[in-house]
Amino acid sequence: MKDLSVRNVDMVYDVPKGEDVQALKDVSFDLESGRLLTLLGPSGCGKTTLLNILAGFLAPTGGTVTLGDDVITGPSQERGMVFQQGALFEWLTVAKNIGFGPRMNRANKAETAAKTEELLDTVGLSGFGDAMVYELSGGMQQRVALARCLANDPDVILMDEPLGALDALTREKMQKLVLDLWNETGKTVILVTHSVEEALYLGDRLFVMAPRPGRIEREYDLPFAEMALTRDARELKASPEFIEKREEILSLIWEMEEEIMGRAG
Amino acid sequence: MSTDPSGVGVQDSAKLAITDKTGSHSASGFLNRGPRSDRKTVTFGDSSAVRSDWRWSLVSLVLLFFVWWATTRAWGFPSEFQIAEEANYRQIANCNCDDEFTQIVGPRSFPAPRDTWDALKELTTDGFQNISLWEHTWASLSRVLKGMFWGVTVGVPVGFAMGLSSKARGFFDTPVELFRPIPPLALIPLFILAFGIGDAPAVRLLIFASIWIMIIAARSGVQTANLSKVRAAYSLGASKTQVLKNVLLPNALPELFTGIRVALGVSWGTLVAAELVGARDGLGQMIFAARPFFRLDVIVAGIIVIAVLGVLMDILLRVLESVLIPWRGKG
Repeated sequence: MKDLSVRNVDMVYDVPKGEDVQALKDVSFDLESGRLLTLLGPSGCGKTTLLNILAGFLAPTGGTVTLGDDVITGPSQERGMVFQQGALFEWLTVAKNIGFGPRMNRANKAETAAKTEELLDTVGLSGFGDAMVYELSGGMQQRVALARCLANDPDVILMDEPLGALDALTREKMQKLVLDLWNETGKTVILVTHSVEEALYLGDRLFVMAPRPGRIEREYDLPFAEMALTRDARELKASPEFIEKREEILSLIWEMEEEIMGRAG
Repeated sequence: MSTDPSGVGVQDSAKLAITDKTGSHSASGFLNRGPRSDRKTVTFGDSSAVRSDWRWSLVSLVLLFFVWWATTRAWGFPSEFQIAEEANYRQIANCNCDDEFTQIVGPRSFPAPRDTWDALKELTTDGFQNISLWEHTWASLSRVLKGMFWGVTVGVPVGFAMGLSSKARGFFDTPVELFRPIPPLALIPLFILAFGIGDAPAVRLLIFASIWIMIIAARSGVQTANLSKVRAAYSLGASKTQVLKNVLLPNALPELFTGIRVALGVSWGTLVAAELVGARDGLGQMIFAARPFFRLDVIVAGIIVIAVLGVLMDILLRVLESVLIPWRGKG
């Protein structure tokens, strides 16, 4: 397993006829393999930009990102991505979507089929292999996206607000699924979210990011993800420690929002 | 139906729903696709509640036919006399017998349904000027198919290139924007002089008619690809070629199909005009050749064949579309 290292990453977007936007400024951190990091922050704080840099979709204007010994220069199947929505291939069945990665790598067909079945089971979609993705609900589609990502056995799983478009009940179920998968596979997971509760609940580590310039404002090491593996989600989210942390982070984010509003006004 | 409280409407709708499913190979099945909405109370202004009611399509078809029949046949002298007169009139095409016909539309302006039917039968058996209707039809169809073949084969790669590379976009923008607005019909004289008479100018004209449509359809098909899908494919280990084949191409299929349908319609329309002047066979040529002989029945029979073929091609494409790209509009 490989550790992730982010060194002095800058990202400046050129804005024609306007001031350049500093989406990320001097972001550095190390993430040991097997951690679940959540990125939280108000819009414009660069959390999605950071994720896209880690995925290799964007090249930072400064600094380097390395996974193990390799500098990240482009997308790779070592780093799987789960998008908010709409990234499934609607012309393929569920099984073909999941087997997409292995098929691109020209993997053994029988092995791919077996792996697909196994993954369908893992994400709770046994029997849906032959369904078309547009026949599934939003929650089920995200399960397919997770399975498709896992089929390539990546070192790091990047998730860009994967549960953002789901209804509250489905979202809770999916949070549990993400935690279980993280625990079972031992993979590094980095998840972007705008829900404080989700960031706290899922994050074994949490970065609260701040905008203009985009940066990591505060870091937390959190116990809740470990605890959630054995404890009931509702009970945990209602516990005094959880609520205390939630309020602390909320007020931090509110301060930032007010600062932005004040500056804008 | 929506005002019917007795429940008959519900029964009706169930019947209709079945027709919609099983009748998907008929024209009416396509026209009223979509979920039934008989339970909606607000329908006036709700476009999703409006679909083509095939029964009314049938009414309009019958009405059209009735008007045709009534104006050309029904009102006037007793029918035996008319038939005799018309037979006589046909034998000496330039007879001076206008006064004898008192129908609203006389046979020198428009043929009656019966005459057209007879002409159609004659065309299928004896043909017109020794060329049978089948040969004319095949000549026309094969030109359209050849034109479409090259239009698609050349247009789609060019459109894809324009959607994928700034250089290709810049390079092809000039000819596409310059030639696309030219009505193909304006080129007929040029093409006849350049390529002579026969298949060549007609086919090349049809390539010209379809290629710009296909280029633009392919270009926009590529551009509608969701960035997340493309990025997902790269993250799953796909190469550029694999992304092209497994993501961009299937993603563009709905747009390409729309392009093919539009291009086919334009080609069919352009073809008849092209054949009017530059061909030795084909439906357009047949119609034009019938004019000096006052064969209005042949002309109208030809027009009907052209119309029916056009409708059939569109239906065929819609069937193909629902079979080949069932995910259309569901991404």
